[in-house]
Amino acid sequence: MQDTMDRLFETVTARIIAAAEELTALDSAIGDGDHGSNMKRGMEAVAADRAKLAALAPGEALKTAGMTLVMKVGGASGPLYGTLFMTLGKELGAAPDRAGVARAFAAAIDAVKARGKSETGQKTMLDVLVPVSAALSSGASLAEIREIASKSAAATVPMLAIRGRASFLGERSIGHMDPGARSSVIMIEAVLDVLETKA
Amino acid sequence: MSDKVGIVIVSHSPDVAKGTADMVRQMVGTEVPLAWTGGDPGGGLGTSVEKIMAAIDAAWSPKGVAILVDLGGAETNSEMAIELMPEDRRDRIVVCNAPVVEGAVMAATEAWGGASLDEVRRTAEELSPG
Repeated sequence: MQDTMDRLFETVTARIIAAAEELTALDSAIGDGDHGSNMKRGMEAVAADRAKLAALAPGEALKTAGMTLVMKVGGASGPLYGTLFMTLGKELGAAPDRAGVARAFAAAIDAVKARGKSETGQKTMLDVLVPVSAALSSGASLAEIREIASKSAAATVPMLAIRGRASFLGERSIGHMDPGARSSVIMIEAVLDVLETKA
Repeated sequence: MSDKVGIVIVSHSPDVAKGTADMVRQMVGTEVPLAWTGGDPGGGLGTSVEKIMAAIDAAWSPKGVAILVDLGGAETNSEMAIELMPEDRRDRIVVCNAPVVEGAVMAATEAWGGASLDEVRRTAEELSPG
């Protein structure tokens, strides 16, 4: 478990860092163009802590990583992803089975909704996280979850932004993928890649 | 310790935050505890939870602290900062739904007169449409 957690942190942080330019380009289209550099800074700080995280129980490691994101990211995505990680860490038991992970993930997403005062359909990361959580709870396979994540992110393209800075653009926010939805997919795919090589 | 509500100004831009604080100081004086913060943890435009927490501490008053913010991330980061403050202080810190410059001046003016945290927030929020 500890070893899997370390590989999850390694892969998730590396993928987000590598995607910084792509995320910033998406955010430049409909936001303020800092999502990539903000997430990169946060994930670099988490990656720098990997040795420390590897010594912790999974729940504690997630809480610690979440707090690092809160402190280092700098944009709204810091508290949003930070809350996701911290709640996941808090809700995850010592040796969670799949149902336990699904419950913890659902609780974490509720916390993100409260933090961002947002719901699905508003062109945000929730438009990826909520369907993925539902799939996880309903017993979907890893391949099915992968497909749902990717399709859900693509579905944010025609949406009208209602939350965050993209909402200032009104109709001009239509036609671009939401950067938060994209960063969520990147993380979910990273997690699935680690789990599938393990399985 | 001040007997007036403290004011914290949070902007994505340190220049905007400092400029707003300068205006408050000139118009309201130095009796109201006041702190400002701007810029992300890397020094670019944005906000930092850590710096917001430090600003709340700097402007702390037993009567509480009213925070004025500019755009989305400043609000989310300020709400996060409040949750990370000591429990006995959390319910005496509010984020005002008001324009940052006008809101800060109005809130500080109200605070200077000895108003409660609720009154300070209400005065600032009168500037918001709807």
